[in-house]
Amino acid sequence: MSETPPMDRSNTYRSGPDERGHFGLYGGRFVAETLMPLILDLEQAYKDAQADPEFQRELTDLNTHYGGRPSPLYHAERLTEHFGGAKIYFKRDELNHTGSHKINNCLGQIQLARRMGKTRIIAETGAGQHGVAVATVAARFGLPCVVYMGATDIDRQAPNVFRMKLLGAEVRPVTAGTGTLKDAMNEALRDWVANVHDTFYIIGTAAGPHPYPEMVRNFQSVIGHEVREQMQEAEGRLPDTLVACIGGGSNAIGLFHPFLDDKDVAIYGVEAGGKGLDKPEDHCASMNGGAPGVLHGNRTYLLQDDDGQIIEGHSISAGLDYPGVGPEHSWLRDTGRVNYVAITDAEALEAFQLCTKLEGIIPALEPSHALAHVAKLAPTLPKDNLLVMNLCGRGDKDVFAVAKHLGVEM
Amino acid sequence: MATRIDKRFAALKAEERGALVTFTTAGDPDYETSLELLKQLPGAGADIVELGMPFSDPMADGPAVQASSQRALKAGQTMKKTLEMVRKFREQDNDTPIVLMGYYNPIYIYPVDAFIADCIDAGVDGLIIVDVPPEADDEICLPAIEAGLNFIRLATPTTDAKRLPVVLTNTSGFVYYVSIAGITGTKTPDPREVHAHVANIKKETDLPVAVGFGIKTPDQARAIAEGADGVVVGSALVEAIRSTLDEDGKPGPETVEKVVDLVRSLAGGLRARETAAVK
Repeated sequence: MSETPPMDRSNTYRSGPDERGHFGLYGGRFVAETLMPLILDLEQAYKDAQADPEFQRELTDLNTHYGGRPSPLYHAERLTEHFGGAKIYFKRDELNHTGSHKINNCLGQIQLARRMGKTRIIAETGAGQHGVAVATVAARFGLPCVVYMGATDIDRQAPNVFRMKLLGAEVRPVTAGTGTLKDAMNEALRDWVANVHDTFYIIGTAAGPHPYPEMVRNFQSVIGHEVREQMQEAEGRLPDTLVACIGGGSNAIGLFHPFLDDKDVAIYGVEAGGKGLDKPEDHCASMNGGAPGVLHGNRTYLLQDDDGQIIEGHSISAGLDYPGVGPEHSWLRDTGRVNYVAITDAEALEAFQLCTKLEGIIPALEPSHALAHVAKLAPTLPKDNLLVMNLCGRGDKDVFAVAKHLGVEM
Repeated sequence: MATRIDKRFAALKAEERGALVTFTTAGDPDYETSLELLKQLPGAGADIVELGMPFSDPMADGPAVQASSQRALKAGQTMKKTLEMVRKFREQDNDTPIVLMGYYNPIYIYPVDAFIADCIDAGVDGLIIVDVPPEADDEICLPAIEAGLNFIRLATPTTDAKRLPVVLTNTSGFVYYVSIAGITGTKTPDPREVHAHVANIKKETDLPVAVGFGIKTPDQARAIAEGADGVVVGSALVEAIRSTLDEDGKPGPETVEKVVDLVRSLAGGLRARETAAVK
């Protein structure tokens, strides 16, 4: 069932999705009929926007003057020395406005919402990084905003909840299921079905019904495009290795996509291995420990039981705590273009502390997973191997949770 | 070939009466109670029985049906057990149509071909799969029709004139008109608006149109049925189940009785329309 033939006709990994939103077996539009007309409208509106130079110009302008792009490509000298192998660069997307890569996508989608004449914004959030980014752009453009957030996540990401409220968003707690990201997404979809006439749903990751995976990927690809240019400038050539963490996978696909056809670039996606991959409820590594299925509008790898019921995974990081993954990643997994690995909670915690001590950068727990894989990978690579890790979020939001895990009373 | 659904609607048309379609979730609150309820539904006045296949993430459902799905899963309901319930029901009733309603993933995992074969074998008549739109007909709709099942599609207030033909293509048995833009069991539909939409659908198809989402009382059922071929009641029934459960979620002797009573009064509501018309 996981056998996917390459979907393309032209020997490229960058031509997807097809006109029905498929990346090989994955993707598609699995939504209730109430949403279908809207999804089709959205697809058309996005096509029109892509073809409109004015839309691109406005977005670039916002990215530059509001989002703070381009983010630096930083040579992490002390970590390079510490690991004693590949030359490590960080793509500093944690320096963006709102502190993560999420703003790249939100600026794109809110422009589209305004173009479509929508007057109300909804979103789901896990760690709260996407929720904060959505609340931010909604404030900037004066649109009312409702963010659905699992009750469990509200507890472990309190600073972000307050941030969203300051920004004028209404944060609605979701208690269904285990009160995490998947339940928040269910609730956002229910809101959308009931308010299709005026509401735009800003999905935070490169998943959901077509055209979201493609659209979010394109808005996030600014990351990879900048890395190409910046690495040329710094080293006179392309990088050799790319590493990024994967929850839904939007920061990763944004870094990877512009490099997919550069066959010499090795690419690693890092899933949340939680307490280990032995039991499905102990991790969130859907591509390492799940099977293809259909949820939230797309077919993709999912954590599920033999009866097709979705399993709530576990990760120390609320941003990776999702039982699925963007459909393009599923396709890249099956085709073998990208290597998907898993990192445990403990390994991520260790990398979090290491980065803080050696580089003076407090990373979010999500990219701490990527860094933990860099810690394994870099020592095995030669010193002239140029490795780029996407430092996609800053860790201020996580300091309380980390203190708790380290047994520190604050 | 006329299916049980086709025959039932033809018979009701001859009686000049709208169909009462009941929705309950298979395995809610447990297998035995749910099966007993299922067996008693036709006698209480259910013309077509819709049985929900519980799913962990029912995105189109409101709180009542979500909770019912979770109760069933917690009590150990599986797809195999749901089909087993249909098989048991068919041992005593070979006329009342059974429609399975649910989400795609459990079927996809089953997988699709085996699921369709087991549906036919168990005596299922039709399928409603909420999250598979006409654009993905090759997934399950076409194989199901090929095997002799009815594939019942939802039309909604957002289904405009341009899209309606897309929805009606490959729909069989009946059309399920979703009376509100929203999830199950929340807003209350306005009968006049519903009747206008149903009339538009009937211009495009000869299939019967049943209306659901938000219908809870005999009066509402009667009002909606004035301009449709049937009404679907679901959230009110699963809510009746919930109201009889003890603190541990266990059913009592009144559980089945309470739901059956509600079905009887809803059926009475639809028959009152007929009585009123005769007068």
